[in-house]
Amino acid sequence: MNSQTVDVPQDVLRLENIHKSFGGVVAIEDFSLDLKAGEIVALVGDNGAGKSTLIKIISGVYTPTTGTISFDGDEVNFKDATQARASGIEVVYQDLALADEQAVYMNMFLGREQTRGPLFQLDRKKMIAETEQLVEDLDVRIPSARTTIRNLSGGQRQGVAIARATHWAKKLVLLDEPTAALGVAETAKVEKLVASLKERDLAVLIISHSLDQVFRLSDRICVLRRGQQIGIRETVKTDKNEIVSMITGV
Amino acid sequence: MQKLAQLSQKLNLTQYVVYIGFLLIFVFFAITLGDDGFLTQRNLVNIALQTAPTTIMAIGLVFVLAAGEIDLSFGSIVAVSALASAVVLGEQPLFFGILAGLGVGVAIGFFNGILVAYLRLPSFLVTLATMGLFAGIARTMTDLRSVPVLNSTFTDLFGSGSLFGVPSLVLWTIGAVALGHFVFRETKFGAHVLATGDNPRAAQVSGIKVPRVRMLVMMVCGACAGLAGLLYAGRLQSARYTLGESDLMTVIAAVIIGGTALNGGKGTIIGALVGSLMMGMLNNGLILMGLSVSDQMIVRGLIILIAVAISLRDVNR
Repeated sequence: MNSQTVDVPQDVLRLENIHKSFGGVVAIEDFSLDLKAGEIVALVGDNGAGKSTLIKIISGVYTPTTGTISFDGDEVNFKDATQARASGIEVVYQDLALADEQAVYMNMFLGREQTRGPLFQLDRKKMIAETEQLVEDLDVRIPSARTTIRNLSGGQRQGVAIARATHWAKKLVLLDEPTAALGVAETAKVEKLVASLKERDLAVLIISHSLDQVFRLSDRICVLRRGQQIGIRETVKTDKNEIVSMITGV
Repeated sequence: MQKLAQLSQKLNLTQYVVYIGFLLIFVFFAITLGDDGFLTQRNLVNIALQTAPTTIMAIGLVFVLAAGEIDLSFGSIVAVSALASAVVLGEQPLFFGILAGLGVGVAIGFFNGILVAYLRLPSFLVTLATMGLFAGIARTMTDLRSVPVLNSTFTDLFGSGSLFGVPSLVLWTIGAVALGHFVFRETKFGAHVLATGDNPRAAQVSGIKVPRVRMLVMMVCGACAGLAGLLYAGRLQSARYTLGESDLMTVIAAVIIGGTALNGGKGTIIGALVGSLMMGMLNNGLILMGLSVSDQMIVRGLIILIAVAISLRDVNR
């Protein structure tokens, strides 16, 4: 990479004319979106609008019926979530996808445990050290990397889930309603965390039902209604009324 | 606050039920049966020898339970493995006898695993059915006859032999516990077993091959049951369809009391070892007390009930 390309942020993710249908049911109809590094785009829409389907398409869980996905400039065709993850896409799921009885550091390295020595023993020391560094960098306040997830609050859990995604995401983080189950103070903490992903030059696509949150966090807002892309607005150039009418269609 | 939370976690008594229970039962029998030979070296060694097969089965079951599955068929696997081994030893050299016993165990585990991991049938029902299936096969294999094991190398290796004065059954126990503990605690596979049992969806989206983990734990359990079958055949110098039949409750109790969660995500091999020794000590003490078989069953049932209740009390906290 030379110095000139740094000035022009490249599209991390480009979706072109994505269609997805399950049997005869159309879930996503002609969806296109570009996402740049360091940019937060919010995906809004009513229940059943197709937001989660879209996240699953990007993360490799579903393959689009037609349409192309380009990642980091190259067209990609993820066969499963493992491939998407290997390319640097991380998802924070609504239900967190944490293993409750395991320690924070084991969750941080879930499926990617570090090993050492000829017997490939788990390198707990290294995993704990990296986890502690990461939660400190991201200001996620947990008692210790050895704490069991079950003993954490909702906000702390979400903090761990986002920290994990941040740690492994090389390019793109997808967040599916990260604050849906949280209280006011915890939501504020998580929002701060999401905003900090920008500084790490990650592209962020966030699903949220809270328009206040969307306006606080996002650079652009993309509205879906019953699988159709209604439009994309720059957050600073729109207001809630416009977005609400786009969501509801009235 | 932080210190306090850690302290309360550390003092989590349920974790130590097995050790406390072990000590209590030991002290109780030591006092009441001290004059009846409970404390003699011979009796204590005997307890260790008798619990060897149950401890090995318990190791396999820890993997299965920690992965959120269950295996009820291991008792039947013990019988089929022991019989297979004994029959083969009658005509073939040592190596093939061992291979037959272990191979049968792994193969049945594989069969259970296919049904559980890839057809996604509930392991409880699958292994309830295969328990009956293989108990039946064990009976038809030799028409209910017991098969003598005359190969003295085999009976030394898996039964009455010893190395530097340590009985081979004790060595097998130590070896299996050490290996089981290492794999469970120190390897990626162990971590994946725990993650699978804890939250299969989280494991799946994290790239863990959940069906493969489920398959492998059933096979580990089959292999352990196969080895337990060899140990029974070696110690008794014969194999019979009844071997392992009555171990189901003992082994499950040992594992649960030891601190392994019935619903997955938590497990300990050392706890299972101590649980198994505790159950062995209990059996031994009740016999020495002169209780009738029916009274033994009642007392044992009650003690297991109490211990399991204490072990599981905090699950719904």
